[in-house]
Amino acid sequence: MSLFDHLSTEICLTFAAIAGLLLLANVILLLRKRADPDRDDTELVLRVRTWWIIVGCFTFMIAVSRTTAVAFLGFVSFLAFKEFLSLIPTRRADHRVLFWAYLAIPFQYCWVAIAWYEMFVIFIPVYMFLGLPTRMVLIGETKGFLRAIGTVQWGLMTTVFSLSHAAMLMMIQPSESARVTVVWADEASKASGGAALLVLLVLLTQFNDVAQFCWGKTIGKRKVIPKVSPGKTVGGLIGGVASTVVLAAFVGPWLTFLDLPRSLLAGLIIGVAGFAGDLSISALKRDLGVKDAGHTLPGHGGVLDRVDSLTYTAPLFFHFIYYCYG
Amino acid sequence: MTDLLRFAYFLFIVRPVILIVIGLNVRRSNQLPEKGPAVIVANHNSHLDTMVLMTLFGMRRLKDVHPVAAADHFLRNRLMAWFSTKIIGIIPLEREVKGVRRDPLAGICEALDDDKILILFPEGSRGAPEIRDDFKTGIAHVAKRYPEVPFTPVFMHGLGRSLPKGEGILVPFFCDVFIGQPVQWTGKKDTFMQTICDAMNELEAEKEIPRWEPS
Repeated sequence: MSLFDHLSTEICLTFAAIAGLLLLANVILLLRKRADPDRDDTELVLRVRTWWIIVGCFTFMIAVSRTTAVAFLGFVSFLAFKEFLSLIPTRRADHRVLFWAYLAIPFQYCWVAIAWYEMFVIFIPVYMFLGLPTRMVLIGETKGFLRAIGTVQWGLMTTVFSLSHAAMLMMIQPSESARVTVVWADEASKASGGAALLVLLVLLTQFNDVAQFCWGKTIGKRKVIPKVSPGKTVGGLIGGVASTVVLAAFVGPWLTFLDLPRSLLAGLIIGVAGFAGDLSISALKRDLGVKDAGHTLPGHGGVLDRVDSLTYTAPLFFHFIYYCYG
Repeated sequence: MTDLLRFAYFLFIVRPVILIVIGLNVRRSNQLPEKGPAVIVANHNSHLDTMVLMTLFGMRRLKDVHPVAAADHFLRNRLMAWFSTKIIGIIPLEREVKGVRRDPLAGICEALDDDKILILFPEGSRGAPEIRDDFKTGIAHVAKRYPEVPFTPVFMHGLGRSLPKGEGILVPFFCDVFIGQPVQWTGKKDTFMQTICDAMNELEAEKEIPRWEPS
C-alpha cells in the first residue's frame, strides 16, 4: 500500500500491534459480557470504541504524509484549547484577544511544518506572551486583567505550545555532531526517524496512563495526593513508571534510533511526566468543579482528558531527544 | 434551484462551522420532534442560535425546519430578504402591525398547517428586551390555536460567547444544547407560559456556567 510507503516496517508493525491490543480488549469485554450478562460495561465498551477511532485517525494521518500529521495534531490542539476556554470564565471584553489567541495555533503548527525551530520554540513563550496582554491593554479593561491574561497564556502554553512538541518530533534530523551516536536499524528507517519518535512518545504516554490506572487498581493503597486525584496511589505510580520503562526498553531501540540507555531514560521521563501532567489537568478540573473537560470523546470525556499527560511528556521527551541528538 | 442552494449552504457552510469550529454538546436529542407540526422554543443570544438548532435536525429534516424571525430586521433589503426567506427559510413575523388589521400569526399558522417544524425565540430579538413580553404571549396564542402541537424547550449556552450581538468575529467555544420534554397547550395562557418557563429554568440549572464577574 502506497499509504505507508514512507514509514519504516517497525512503525507499521507497531500500529499493527496496537490494533491487536485493541482487538484483545474487545474480545475480553465480549467474554466478560458472556460470562456475566448483567455486568454493565457500557463505559468501557465506549472507551475502547473511541480508542479505535483515535488510533485509526492518528495512523491514517501519519500514513498520508508528515504535513497531514502536523495538521492533525494542530487540530487536536485547537480542540483542547477550545475545551479549555469553554471551561474557564472569560471576560466579555476579551472577545478579540481570544480570537488572536486562537490564531496562534495555525502559526505555531506552521513553524512546525516548515521545521523553523528557533521560531517554534519562542513564538508562544515570547511573542504571544507579550502580544496578547498588549492587545488586552488596548481594550482598556483592567478589572480582572491578570486573571484573564494568566489563564489564556496558561491555556496556550499547555494545549498549543506543549502539544506542538509532539509534532516537532517528526522534524528531528539527528546531526553528525550529536552528543549521542545514532543507532539506525537499517537504511530504510532513516526517512521516518522523526515519525518513529512521535509514535514512541504517544505509545509510551498512553501506555503509561493505562499502566498507572491498572497498577493503582491492583496493588495501590497509599494515596499520593488524595486532594487532587483520589485514584492515584503510590503503588500505581511506581508500577506504572516501571511498566513504562520496561516497554520503552523493548520498543525504543527497535522502533527508533535511540540506544538502550536513552530508551530507558525516555521511559522514565515519560512515566513521571505523564503522571504530573495527568495531575495538573485533574487539579484544573477540580478547581473548576467539573469531572470531564468535555464530551468530544465518548468514554474518555474531552480531548483535554485524553491529552493531559501528553502536555507534559511531549515537551520533556522532545528536549531530551534534542539535547542528545539535536 | 433555491432548495438546492439551501441544502448546499447548510451542508457545506453551516454544518462544518457549527460541528467543527463551534462544537456541540447535545443532551437528549431524541426529544426533538421527529416530524411536524411542532415548535421549538429556545433562548436567544446570537445569530448562531438558529444555525445550531437547524443543524440538530440533520440534513434529512432540513426541508421541514423553519425559524420564525422578525420581518423588519430580516427583510430590510432585497438581498437580505432573499437570503433570509430562500436560503435560511425564515417565516417572517411582523413585530408591529400598524394600521392594517392583519393576523400577525398567519405565517406561523400556515406553516404549522403545512406540517413544518418551527423555531421560535420567545425572548424576541437578541438585544431588544421590550419585544420579549409581546413574544411571550405570542407562543401561548399559537399553542391555543394548535393544542395538539408539541412545544419543545431548548436551552443553549456558549453562543453568546462565540458571536455576541455587535461582534462580527466568531470566536470558537463549545456550545451546550439541553433539550427538554415537549409541552402542550394547558388550557390557560398563564399555566402554559409557567410550564415553559419552569422547563427552561430547569434546563439552565443542569450545568453550572463559569463566571468570574457577577452578571
